[in-house]
Amino acid sequence: MGAPTNIGEIRALIAAHKRWDVIFSVIGMAALMVGVLTFAALFIEMIVNGAERLSWDFFTNFPSRKPEQAGILSAWVGSTLVMIVTALVAVPLGVGAGVYLEEYAPRNWITDLIEINVTNLAGIPSIVYGLLALGLFIYGFGLGQSILTAGLTLALLILPVVIVATREAIRSIPGVIREGAYALGATKWQTTSDHILPYSLPGIMTGVIIGMARAIGETAPVITIGALTFIAFLPPAPVTEAFPFLSFEWIMSPFTVMPIQMFNWTSRPEAAFHHNAAAAGLVLVVMTLSMNALAIYLRYRLRKNIKW
Amino acid sequence: MVSTISSPRPAAASGPSADPGKKSEARELSFYYGSFNALKNISMPIFEKKVTALIGPSGCGKSTFLRCFNRMHDLYPGNRYQGQIMLYPDNTNILGREVDPIEVRMRISMVFQKPNPFPKSIYENVAYGLRVRGERKRAMLDDKVEEALRGAALWDEVKDRMRDLAYNLSGGQQQRLCIARALATDPEILLFDEPTSALDPIATASIEQLITDLKEKVTILIVTHNMQQAARVSDYTAYMYLGELIEFGATDSIFIKPRNKQTEDYITGRFG
Repeated sequence: MGAPTNIGEIRALIAAHKRWDVIFSVIGMAALMVGVLTFAALFIEMIVNGAERLSWDFFTNFPSRKPEQAGILSAWVGSTLVMIVTALVAVPLGVGAGVYLEEYAPRNWITDLIEINVTNLAGIPSIVYGLLALGLFIYGFGLGQSILTAGLTLALLILPVVIVATREAIRSIPGVIREGAYALGATKWQTTSDHILPYSLPGIMTGVIIGMARAIGETAPVITIGALTFIAFLPPAPVTEAFPFLSFEWIMSPFTVMPIQMFNWTSRPEAAFHHNAAAAGLVLVVMTLSMNALAIYLRYRLRKNIKW
Repeated sequence: MVSTISSPRPAAASGPSADPGKKSEARELSFYYGSFNALKNISMPIFEKKVTALIGPSGCGKSTFLRCFNRMHDLYPGNRYQGQIMLYPDNTNILGREVDPIEVRMRISMVFQKPNPFPKSIYENVAYGLRVRGERKRAMLDDKVEEALRGAALWDEVKDRMRDLAYNLSGGQQQRLCIARALATDPEILLFDEPTSALDPIATASIEQLITDLKEKVTILIVTHNMQQAARVSDYTAYMYLGELIEFGATDSIFIKPRNKQTEDYITGRFG
């Protein structure tokens, strides 16, 4: 059959070609639904199983042998503190490395090698970070099975995410803006601190928060470094009544985190604990989702003034 | 043609290199992007408080030449200069290894092809060059910002909205803001890289008027692909082709009776 010659043939040909649009839409929709429905099913199941356990007491009680009294106080406090350490370590290191690679590093094979390494780091299984931390932070530096160790470990885990986000954000700044600053006689550091960093901040913050949302759900590396599965006390408070009013003892304290608490409850035989696990899972998912929502909001808010 | 220039002979200069009226001069300048020879042995003067236009077809090297004057090429690896660009009256070779490109950029400002204001307020855009130089006194900054905005014929339009984002200005206003930003630091030479190519005809006319006004105060070097623009605003014109300087002279003579056949073909639109 050759090229169509009359209008009837042309229409038939177009109709035949258009069938592929329909076929692809169906396949694409199906692929999308696999993800959406799976998440919806999991989420709904957690609500069904766990909603009844969600109460003020659930957040303010320590874990207990009695499922109806057990709560997630030590877990959410632990997760929060670990996240604070993670952010404090990962942000300066990741942003610094990203800025250096984009703005300062000479373009040569060493830089290329480092770039490939950073990208690959993002793909390393998290348990390997746990093993590294066990050897380095616990046995090497003697930091113990502490909040500090967990924070450092998770910081390493999300470092590649922060570095990549920083570099992407910097790359989205048009070259003429950078040149505009240099043309006024700015040094590299003036250009970086007055322009590059502020303008890439929305992208960097988004990357950091998405990294943190990943870290908060990590279980394997935290178990490897020996987080406790049952803990009925809180780390020392960061604010004290006596001088100097600030205490950093909490940083060396043993801890547990949300996913470990969940894991602990799921592995128990009593069905009542499974409801606790579902409730804790719900809280964890909501924490992650609200971090992502915050990322989206900040991105929108901060980018409002930047148009390119 | 030099006799029409009224600037006094610089005291510090000596020898033939410092003819009165020359603000700058390229001497046997060649430039390489890696192994690509983008500028070939260019020698030409830039006269003080005059407008010199660089014209030629795309890829002829006119922007490359312009960006030698503030060492913009230093920002990217693999670029190499050969020859000299002298800056008078102090006889500095701005391409010299011992000369810091930042020092050059503090003396020679640039306005880009597309308006490129920073995503900051109108005030902060104009003040940035001064802040880079360490100026912190509020009164001093205010004065300089006003002076620069007046110089760029933008003051009346923005004086009540200095805290507004620069992006809220129109394209032509943004370009005048970029000119004010470049003027605020009292540059010795102002470089324009096709400053009106992203603007509509009315905004273009206002920028051209501004360039004509500015030459009272500052030496101007402008790249343009618009020959009418070169004829309207410039005192001297250089025609470049494939990295070579084909012809340089007073704009009147270049446009009325070019010595070179190639220049004539380009100017009359038979080529380019």
